[in-house]
Amino acid sequence: MAESSPLEAPRPAAAAPRRRAPRSAGSRARQRFAQHRMAVVGAAFLAAVVLAAISAPVSAPYRYDRQDLFATYQAAGRAHWAGTDALGRDEFSRLMYGARVSMSVGLAAAVLVLAVGVPVGLVAAYFGGTLDLLLMRLVDIVYAIPYLLLVVLLQTFFTAFLPTIRHGPLVWLHALNHDTSGVAAIVMALALVGWLDVARVVRGQVLTLRHREFVLAAQSLGAADGHVMGAHLLPNIAAPIIVMATVLIPTFIIAEAGLSFLGLGVQPPVPSWGTMIAEGIDSIESYPRLVIAPGLALAATLLSLNFVGDGLRDALDPVAER
Amino acid sequence: MAIVYTVAFFLVHATPGGPWDNAEKPLAPQVIENIRLKFHLNEPLWHQYLLYLQDAAHGSLGPSYVNTSRDVAEIIADFFPVSIQLGAVAMLFAIALGMPLGTLAAVYRNTPVDYVAMGIVVLGISIPNYVMATILVTVVAVVLHWLPTGGWGGLLDPRVVIPAVAIGFRPATTLARYLRTSLLEVLGQDYIRTARAKGLSGRGVVLRHGLRNALVPIATVSGILVADVVTGSFFVETITRVPGIGRYFVTATTGRDYPVLLALALLFGVVIITMNILVDLTYAALDPQVRYG
Repeated sequence: MAESSPLEAPRPAAAAPRRRAPRSAGSRARQRFAQHRMAVVGAAFLAAVVLAAISAPVSAPYRYDRQDLFATYQAAGRAHWAGTDALGRDEFSRLMYGARVSMSVGLAAAVLVLAVGVPVGLVAAYFGGTLDLLLMRLVDIVYAIPYLLLVVLLQTFFTAFLPTIRHGPLVWLHALNHDTSGVAAIVMALALVGWLDVARVVRGQVLTLRHREFVLAAQSLGAADGHVMGAHLLPNIAAPIIVMATVLIPTFIIAEAGLSFLGLGVQPPVPSWGTMIAEGIDSIESYPRLVIAPGLALAATLLSLNFVGDGLRDALDPVAER
Repeated sequence: MAIVYTVAFFLVHATPGGPWDNAEKPLAPQVIENIRLKFHLNEPLWHQYLLYLQDAAHGSLGPSYVNTSRDVAEIIADFFPVSIQLGAVAMLFAIALGMPLGTLAAVYRNTPVDYVAMGIVVLGISIPNYVMATILVTVVAVVLHWLPTGGWGGLLDPRVVIPAVAIGFRPATTLARYLRTSLLEVLGQDYIRTARAKGLSGRGVVLRHGLRNALVPIATVSGILVADVVTGSFFVETITRVPGIGRYFVTATTGRDYPVLLALALLFGVVIITMNILVDLTYAALDPQVRYG
């Protein structure tokens, strides 16, 4: 996680050769991360979840939608490691496929949000003016509405709207959403609101750097605006952006599971931890484990992400207050 | 507020279809046409927008597509009081847990007390309220049989406990986290040292001089807390079968009852804005430097 070395050079003179330092910034960051015991445990758990998510089609003991109506509500045993649900589907396999949904929504939404938010925030802060004003107005407006409420409304819109696209330049969106059983719509709804947050943070960071000497120096040497932003400002805000991403991913995972829980997210029979909780609630008095298993998977993943985020923050930003 | 309304209106009206789009039992085209006429759906969009605004100004929030015998105002009158009560209890719980937690963590900074408090905070951030609610239902109701798994019986009924704790836990930990940071800063100030030097007891200094000043920056995050309680009600009311407006909102989204959806989104906007104004006013009580008018 902390190894992507070009990102971890948060020294102002990113263009200057940083040579013969006893150890590189990257390796120091890695060492600080390793001292964070919970972060390492969290990273290990996440690695396992990611592995399970990627390999689910090959390694899961059963397919997520394989029903066995003669073996419903089985307790955990050798045949079914986490038992079976109301339709006799293997709970453990469904958990693995659920990890796929959670992880892909979390990562895809984070990537999308960063891909839009970082450039917009950077440009807005660098040039100021109308774009900056517009951005801040938009942020003000969106902040007045609870994130989840807005996402629920957007998601309601997308789930009804996307299937009606039959022709035109956006057909691929319909296809994508169909092929991913609704994941694409969730990612869009999350990202459409989420990028503003990133843009706001990036803008704040860039504003503090914009008039520093190294920026001025680059500008007076005749560097183009694009070069100043890409080669001088971006590397300096890389650390807070990485830390921010670790905060965003859990938010998105919570939102996805929440939407799916409400029946607005991933379409059955594809399992999401959220839908699994919702399905389990029907039989919570007799088979509470059907709710507890996905709930624990979700909570453990989110806990791990938080620990890793803390570890990364301490590793990348040693002067942060604690 | 106008912006919330406009955004919600166009989003909801851009959403195609309605509850009458039923793939299994399609309605006759003429029936659908009549429904569309009844709800003014064939008018131009801007006209619908103004029509709705006009109605809303007269206190009519429109019909419900699904529940045709009642209009939205009646639905709100029925379900909203329950949610207000539940929200108030949840908020009280959040304050009752969050304040001592944050204070203890700051006063006993970097001791086991702090670590336990911060551990609870991490749990609060990591466990979504719908997981919290299911865990509580399982443990308290299913395993221990202390309380029923769900339902509603008013403020004094013990069934309020599970949903209130589930909704309030996350806001409580948010509060504790911000309070700890804020209090740590305040406790390092000179006037705290002066107070201690005067020989005041440790507890008096923290409570009277420290906490009061630490609460001012906390007021700014209260918007997050209120939003948490509102969105938390969607999930928790559904799980614990509380007949509140949050659960009705969920029913409306899945039932594609768009006028209800729109009206409830507006309602939540009003609740949050009202709460934030109230919080702004408490600033003045906490900080004499803030004056209004």
